Amino acid sequence: MAVTAVLTWQLAVNSALTWKQFGWSFLWSSTWDPVREVYGALPFIYGTAVSSGLALLLAVPIGVGCAIFLVELAPKRVAEICAFIIELLAAVPSVILGLMGIFVLVPVVRAVEPGLTAGLGWLPLFQGEPYGVGMLTAGLILSLMVLPYITVISREVLLAVPRSLKEAMLALGATRWETVMKVSLPYARPGIAGAVFLALGRALGETMAVTMVIGNTPQIKASLLAPGYSMASVIANELAEASSDEHLHSLIAIGLVLLGISLVVNAAARAMIGLLERRA
Amino acid sequence: MLTEKPPQHAAAPGTVVPERATLEVRGLAAGYGGPLVLRSVSLQILERQVTAIIGPSGCGKSTLIRCLNRMHEVLPGATLEGEILLDGRDVMGLDPVLLRRQVGMVFQRPNPFPSMSIFDNVAAGLVLNGVRDRALVAEKVEGSLRAAALWDEVKDKLKAPGVGLSGGQQQRLCIARALAVEPRALLLDEPCSALDPIATGRIEELLLEIKKTLTLCIVTHNMQQAARVSERTAFMLMGELVEVGPTDTIFTKPSDKKTEDYITGRFG
Ligand SMILES: Nc1ncnc2c1ncn2[C@@H]1O[C@H](COP(=O)(O)OP(=O)(O)O)[C@@H](O)[C@H]1O
Ligand SMILES: [Mg+2]
Repeated sequence: MAVTAVLTWQLAVNSALTWKQFGWSFLWSSTWDPVREVYGALPFIYGTAVSSGLALLLAVPIGVGCAIFLVELAPKRVAEICAFIIELLAAVPSVILGLMGIFVLVPVVRAVEPGLTAGLGWLPLFQGEPYGVGMLTAGLILSLMVLPYITVISREVLLAVPRSLKEAMLALGATRWETVMKVSLPYARPGIAGAVFLALGRALGETMAVTMVIGNTPQIKASLLAPGYSMASVIANELAEASSDEHLHSLIAIGLVLLGISLVVNAAARAMIGLLERRA
Repeated sequence: MLTEKPPQHAAAPGTVVPERATLEVRGLAAGYGGPLVLRSVSLQILERQVTAIIGPSGCGKSTLIRCLNRMHEVLPGATLEGEILLDGRDVMGLDPVLLRRQVGMVFQRPNPFPSMSIFDNVAAGLVLNGVRDRALVAEKVEGSLRAAALWDEVKDKLKAPGVGLSGGQQQRLCIARALAVEPRALLLDEPCSALDPIATGRIEELLLEIKKTLTLCIVTHNMQQAARVSERTAFMLMGELVEVGPTDTIFTKPSDKKTEDYITGRFG
């Protein structure tokens, strides 16, 4: 708590120039031009939000689905082996995932993008040049990164659903699937929500893997195929070579915003988990 | 004893109605992957009577009744051999989901669904059955709660969570929940073991009421309870069914020495 306060204070002091010059409009101005000394954080906030949102959109259903499979359907041995592999995935350093993104994911995405454009090009989401790097790739790599969290935590909370409740539902003549939907998921919901928030926190702050595949272009495009930029990435990329105090302060201001968002997400996760524990 | 002798006594003196077995077990052996927990158990559970199963803890009472609605098989490693008949039909040939709608179950610890209101708990089985008509659901919920002697206590708070009730009320809620799908038979596994004597008394009263329309099988380690509610009693010991017969015979002149030892307290 105290550490967080000191950190916040430090970030605030070291970004004072930016707040003085641009005020709140820093948050919704979309021009980032170190040459003309015009700074707006919106492209980065947008990039972080979209790539993280995309990651959750993919990882939550898959992760919860995997957890249900592991707990309810898979034979015990298979479940244990799968859970082990998934936990290993969580231990892969993000720079390695980023490399995998560059060598595997980017070519694949580049290959399927023309298909997406042809099939779904009427949606603004899937228009433009197939670069391979961009929001979609960043979202994919992030989803891979948070998938283990969601699966592992969801599995734990599903395992904690009392057998007596599942048996009560089965004894009423429910199928296994109905039991999952009506008993297990409602019981596990706060825990799963906590897992989602933890995953979101992880995705928001992820730097390395995203930097390697997002395209690092400060722009706001509706298309998921277009390159973008994220808050963490711009800080990592530009901090060392910031040309002026204004530039430096603006990067730190982005850091402050990122910290604020992360704290809120974290608090939400804790609240969810607390709710679960109180009930159990 | 592989096949049970036909029951010698009628349900109540003077009745000539032939006794039908709602549920029948023949040569049942069951286990959890290790040594057999039940060996060559044969038993009839007669229509519209209460059959009590007594015996020391760990003798296989729960396992036996969980075989009857095929809840045994949901446990990993569970094995089962022998015949189980519902109205003369082998339950192994039935869809377990449909079987469990016919043969309901009440568990040792009250287990209302924590995410559901009192109303929704009772309606849960109806919803599974695809009953959509809200008026019909409401009517059946009320009927079940009345049958479970709970209606008067909860009619003003049907929207309140089921887990907010007292232990005895929760158990009656679970009975109402099981009754709502109108089963042929209801299995109760030590339904009062977590309850105080007053709550126990209320449940015993309601069992005597609902047995008029359905077949009951109650596991209990409380012999007075068996004596109070059941027509027939089966005594089990170490995975075997020692003796089954009219409750008063079992308690006054059992034919097996082991039964006598148990009921006179020289055992377990
Ligand atoms: N899930 C299980 N896995 C393995 N063994 C079990 C399980 N449930 C019960 N048993 C064993 O089966 C035997 C009979 O248990 P149970 O049917 O619960 O007896 P009762 O209900 O008469 O106390 C006991 O020895 C118990 O240890
Ligand atoms: Mg038992």
